[in-house]
Amino acid sequence: MSAALTASKASLVGCHDCSLVVQAPPHAPGHSARCPRCGAALHARKIESVRRTWALLIAAAVLYVPANLFPIMRVTSLGNTQTDTIVSGAVYLLLHGMWPLALIVFVASVLVPLLKLTALTYLLVSVQRRSTRRLLDRTRIYRLTELVGRWSMVDIYVVTILVALVQLGALATIEAAPGAVYFGAVVVLTMFAAQSFDPRLIWDPLEDANG
Amino acid sequence: MDGAAEAPRGMTTELIACHDCDLLQRCVALPAGGVARCVRCQATLYSEKRNGLDRTLALAIAGLVLFVVANSFPFLSFKMQGSITETTLASGVYALHSQGMSAIAGLVLLTTIIAPLAQLSLLLWVLLPIKLDRRIVLQAGAFRVLRRVQPWSMMEIFLIGILVSLVKLADMAEILPGLALWAFALLIVVLAGAGASLDPRAVWSRLEAAR
Repeated sequence: MSAALTASKASLVGCHDCSLVVQAPPHAPGHSARCPRCGAALHARKIESVRRTWALLIAAAVLYVPANLFPIMRVTSLGNTQTDTIVSGAVYLLLHGMWPLALIVFVASVLVPLLKLTALTYLLVSVQRRSTRRLLDRTRIYRLTELVGRWSMVDIYVVTILVALVQLGALATIEAAPGAVYFGAVVVLTMFAAQSFDPRLIWDPLEDANG
Repeated sequence: MDGAAEAPRGMTTELIACHDCDLLQRCVALPAGGVARCVRCQATLYSEKRNGLDRTLALAIAGLVLFVVANSFPFLSFKMQGSITETTLASGVYALHSQGMSAIAGLVLLTTIIAPLAQLSLLLWVLLPIKLDRRIVLQAGAFRVLRRVQPWSMMEIFLIGILVSLVKLADMAEILPGLALWAFALLIVVLAGAGASLDPRAVWSRLEAAR
């Protein structure tokens, strides 16, 4: 592994968009060099990756609480109003014998955001501590985190469809409730957080350790 | 894939920096269908797709047709005590908006209408001129936007949302799938196929050659 050479060590930069490897530009404050092939801004590492990811992560964690506490949906049927949070929606499916769907909803909307928050926190802390352990595992965790985030949108889509379909006045009406907005925000924020994290930071301490 | 093997591509030996761990590696020629992985972290660096551009173009065109169908017809109908409500994607978004949930409406609009449409249109914008051996403005820019837009296209999650909604409503009333539902399912397959068959390296080298 000591023969391994990273682009940044060789003063080269791989373009984020078109993968062209070019000479690292001289540091000009306020401006970035552009890729000669595709025009993208060239950066050795994602700008302020750790700081931005922390900010987005903390915001998402804060909003995760109301997202689960507040109802996401309100069902009014013949004078009765019933509200559903994400968890109660999953429980409903369970009680109606549809445990596979209950599992999907629970995993997608409760577990996945929680796992994303935990995973990104772990990655950030390990990068800040300049850990050189479990490099491959951490990279895999990052890839999984990016992949899995979108699944949380299931509940938002369910609310959309139910709201669109069930508009029969006093007979049955479904409305979206505030929890949905918080939940949507959590999904968006965690997606941005995963995007702003630079996985190459995981491997950088290795280069410095090897000299 | 041995990253240290040498094989000239074009006139110079091309280098690539792994986007996950920044390791510099030399590009080697691949057999059709071959995949080059980073020797250190197994990230997919690039792959060789024969006729990748043709196939992606065909799928993009098919996708646009499916997109129009999927959005022009209702995908679900809800029949309860004589009243029938039908919904398209757009009417779902509008229903949320008219309830005051414009932020969520916007998110659903982005992830199920705007992003997939942008994906397909941008693919066409970039690939059709290449196929016709012509040049068009903003081709490189369009290809870069395509990369950014891709993570926000979540049609497959929406389909799962439809499934969950179907189950939730089945007790209450009669649910009928619409024509658009099949178009949605096919669209998802087509989008996945277009993503899989797209060869970014081939596109960038064609764009560069055309300059």
